[in-house]
Amino acid sequence: MANESKPKIKMAVYWGAACGGCCVSVLDVHESLFAVIDAADLVFWPIALDTKYADVEAMEDASIDLCLFNGAVRNSENEHMAHVLRKKSKILVAYGSCAHMGGIPGLANFSDRESLMRRVYDESESTENPDKIRPQHHYEVKEGTLEIPVFYNDVMSLGQITDVDYYIPGCPPQTERLVEVFMAIVTGQPLPPKGSVIGVSGLAQCDECTRKKSDQRSVKQIFRPWEIEDDGETCFMDQGVICMGPATIGGCGVRCVKGNAPCRGCYGPMPEVRDMGAKLISTIGTMIDLEKEEEIEKVIEQIEDPAGTFYRFSLPAAKIRRKLS
Amino acid sequence: MSHHKEEIRIGVYICHCGHNIAGTVDVTGIAEYASRLPNVVISKDYKYMCSDPGQVLIGQDIAEHKLNRIVVSSCSPLLHEKTFRDALVKGGLNPFFLQMVNIRENVSWVHTDTDDANLKARDLVRAAVHRVAYQKELTKKKVPVNPDVLIVGGGIAGISAALTMADAGKKVFLVEKEPTIGGHMALFDKTFPTLDCAACILTPKMSSVKKHPNITLWSYSEVSEVSGFVGNYKVKVTRKPRYVIEELCVGCYACVDECIFKEGKFPDEFNLGMSKRKPVYLPFPQATPLVAVIDDKTCIHFKTGKCQQSCAKACDRNAIDFNQQPEVKEIEVGTVILTTGFKAFDARRLPYYGYGKFPNVFTSLEVERMVNASGPTEGHVVLKDGSKPKSVGIVHCVGSRDEKTNKWCSRVCCMYSLKLAHLIKEHTGAEVYNFYIDMRTPGKGYEEFYDKLLREDVHFIRGRVAEVSDWATTSDEEGKLIMRVEDTMVGMVRRIPVDMVVLSVGLEPRDDAQDIRKLFNISCSTEGFFLEKHPKLAPVDTFTDGVFIAGAAQGPRDIPDSVAQAGAAAAQALALIDSGHVELEPNTAYITDTLCSGCKSCLNICPYKAIAFDDEKRKSVINEALCKGCGTCVASCPSGAIRQNLFEDEEIFSEIRGLFVESI
Amino acid sequence: MSDNQINKQAIPANWKPRIAAFFCNWCTYTASDLAGVSRLKYPATIRVIRIMCSGRLDPQFVTDAFAEGADAVLIGGCHPGDCHYANGNYKCLRRVHLLKKVLKQMGLEEERLRLEWISASEGKRLAEVVSEMSEAILKLGPCKVKQVVEHYEK
Repeated sequence: MANESKPKIKMAVYWGAACGGCCVSVLDVHESLFAVIDAADLVFWPIALDTKYADVEAMEDASIDLCLFNGAVRNSENEHMAHVLRKKSKILVAYGSCAHMGGIPGLANFSDRESLMRRVYDESESTENPDKIRPQHHYEVKEGTLEIPVFYNDVMSLGQITDVDYYIPGCPPQTERLVEVFMAIVTGQPLPPKGSVIGVSGLAQCDECTRKKSDQRSVKQIFRPWEIEDDGETCFMDQGVICMGPATIGGCGVRCVKGNAPCRGCYGPMPEVRDMGAKLISTIGTMIDLEKEEEIEKVIEQIEDPAGTFYRFSLPAAKIRRKLS
Repeated sequence: MSHHKEEIRIGVYICHCGHNIAGTVDVTGIAEYASRLPNVVISKDYKYMCSDPGQVLIGQDIAEHKLNRIVVSSCSPLLHEKTFRDALVKGGLNPFFLQMVNIRENVSWVHTDTDDANLKARDLVRAAVHRVAYQKELTKKKVPVNPDVLIVGGGIAGISAALTMADAGKKVFLVEKEPTIGGHMALFDKTFPTLDCAACILTPKMSSVKKHPNITLWSYSEVSEVSGFVGNYKVKVTRKPRYVIEELCVGCYACVDECIFKEGKFPDEFNLGMSKRKPVYLPFPQATPLVAVIDDKTCIHFKTGKCQQSCAKACDRNAIDFNQQPEVKEIEVGTVILTTGFKAFDARRLPYYGYGKFPNVFTSLEVERMVNASGPTEGHVVLKDGSKPKSVGIVHCVGSRDEKTNKWCSRVCCMYSLKLAHLIKEHTGAEVYNFYIDMRTPGKGYEEFYDKLLREDVHFIRGRVAEVSDWATTSDEEGKLIMRVEDTMVGMVRRIPVDMVVLSVGLEPRDDAQDIRKLFNISCSTEGFFLEKHPKLAPVDTFTDGVFIAGAAQGPRDIPDSVAQAGAAAAQALALIDSGHVELEPNTAYITDTLCSGCKSCLNICPYKAIAFDDEKRKSVINEALCKGCGTCVASCPSGAIRQNLFEDEEIFSEIRGLFVESI
Repeated sequence: MSDNQINKQAIPANWKPRIAAFFCNWCTYTASDLAGVSRLKYPATIRVIRIMCSGRLDPQFVTDAFAEGADAVLIGGCHPGDCHYANGNYKCLRRVHLLKKVLKQMGLEEERLRLEWISASEGKRLAEVVSEMSEAILKLGPCKVKQVVEHYEK
């Protein structure tokens, strides 16, 4: 096990409202895992270790050196653990798009608790629930009271519920970026100011993207990716496909575009941008090279679910962060 | 939010503007409120901030309280921003540390509820206090002014402006759409109130234009493209083919005489269609330039290609060139004067006056041509059958002061109607009736002229003519035009039979006024005349620096006023030219290299092609000299890499925050 | 606070709509000056922020204004073909069309965002637009965005 001469850091990985992809990205360190294990003791990682919440709650405050919190906050359990881990951790990192900006679970902010419950427990095609039974937060049985977490109306990012030291964006974050950040912490390198987004390149995706971009970009029609015959070489925007790359900070290595899919924006905005979706609306709107209102309207109609597209990963962090009822 | 190195020390000044602001807005209350806002060191209200003592006050406070940001809450920045920027400079501060709040035009003058007005004024002041903290030091860029000037429209206003500029030693390009300069004035016989011959005073000016070494006259030409900015406009002028080489033609009429059309066959524009001309013609004997023109819409050569081209053979100077093509001239000028004139109201729009239906209903311009010795009737005022009218009715305000057509007074009609009444009476001895709403004769010698007419036995009937018809009800009316009018002086409806009706048509914006406006990026007022920058203090300026207006293009006016305005426009242009340079507002966009990913989203959206791509750096680059500061690229830049001086994102976001945050 | 509570919450007695107005320098801002010079009257609801061209209108300004507490946003630019900068107003038009679609998905009432072409000579039009819009917003009541932004509903 550990090399006694080198004190190991204590590390925790937790998932809130998450798909598990972020945890997998931690596993994806592959052979670097040895370096990680060499340098860190994993004290809490629900996906891999059987540590109970009570064990964490019992830890001394600030006893965890680094906690990677992935997933959004969408129920009372997520929130509780966010507060616990904040207290127990020296450095709390919002890890991945969901913790960073709300991520895909954040799209639930286009709906609300009641609508979601109704859909899932009453209306879905595979549901048969004549008694309209819904999950109860408290349920009395003879052994005592059973509890399940309270399902919140709003999905929140980690930063909206507790104080966060750093953000590592991505859905999931590029593993190399995690290793870089991790090594920086364990080797005691100077850390960026609190609140920084780290593990990013500092320039939008296009900087690294090798697709050819036109100097005379002029879009008169918007296509969904499957509607074009992508030549694999031309900028998606020039082909009339919405690509979030120009508005998305780099760091992933242009993963999606390299896989011939337009960027979806999981890495979040550039630092100067306050509302990623609104900024994209500006860029795309400007690019549509039409002047007649009917024609403009027609092209805009071609954009399927624009709010969901432009705020795909960032809705809870947006200026208007949920659907108004 | 950015970190400020310096401590922000804001001075806020609330102007009373006499009662203009203080009558509605609680200026002392606002000043007291502002004193409690973040970073505000001092807050005062003062009777007239724009006055010398007001400006001095700012300077003193800058020194005494070490202020480094100033908010002046007064009138529109479009009016006094420069004044207060200068006050900052005098106080030793960069002028761009100023933010103005418009609590006059945007508050006190438009709101009556004082509570609401005060609430709004507070919000606006608070927004400015938030914004100004983020404002940066900037410097204005000086660019030289090209001394050449472009004048568009060769009527009396354009001619006057051109001669003034040229006499001052400036190179003038005078562009006229028609084959000759002279405009409407060239159509007139006599001018009011002096009754001096229009041609006698105009044609010497026209030939001076032609002869002047500093004037390049391009007739039969139109401005087709304008780019650039004050002091440095690039203009394309399209010279329409007249199929006659201007440099060779001496205006000898040989081509006209030898045209295969032995007689004129097509309506002569100069005589408003009352005479005929040939396809090859000179507009009138004093046309300037005195160069023939071939109308390719009526010329047999152009229509069939089968003409024997007798005109070309007749020209011993070989001046006729059927292969002439439109020619585009590119010029660079520093200033522009627009003197494009007016359009006469089309009397057909009022069918109840019978113009176009009854042959003896004429417009005033047609009568102008008739009384002119070189006109279609050689100076005889005659009916369509050639006989002299024994009675003539002149209808004032045709297409003026009328809810249905044009609401405005055309200013010249009363006077020219009086002039025509006098001339008609002189030429024919007919009974002349003037039908007027009000007589409007302000001007030197104008009222006296009216008085003279009253003594000349011209009849004046106060009332708007309801109808001109040929429906006789008595034998006296048989064969006459009957003018039905309520004579408001006697309070009865009268029927007055006359031989001839003259419709005194009003002045309207030209049909192409909107095109010209767009070309030169200026505005029109609601009725369509060019909009001046300020109706009183900047009557010949426009909102586009370096572009001036004069004459009837700006609104109905007579010859003396047009000439005076042309002089004013020339003086403004000369002042700009002789200052040698202009200072450009530093509101250009710039790129933060460390944020530009080279996505190229901005390249194709700049209307001035100010954004280029540096292939080596793989980043966009803005050419500051070409940028006009609209900020479109700034809003579009997906990375937030493009920013705009004076309108930085953080300044605007801060202003928004200031508007709504309830900090106190 | 639940949705219902928000809905039921009485409109404060002293509430008056506050409209963030982004006006281009050359047309609509000048029109607002003209309305003043002409002493036209309109409700004191708008708070004008001057920008050089409607092309400078970043949709972020709109979402930000709502988040900060604006009850509505009015954007004023030059008429099509009249833009001082050739075509910035068209770029604004396209952005606003797209933004409107997005805001509709967000559940924002359409009346709360308005783009109007008001030329320098249309002071009267400006007064009419502000009056109309104020009336419409008065009927809708306060905008909920700020409340939603500030209170997470658990």
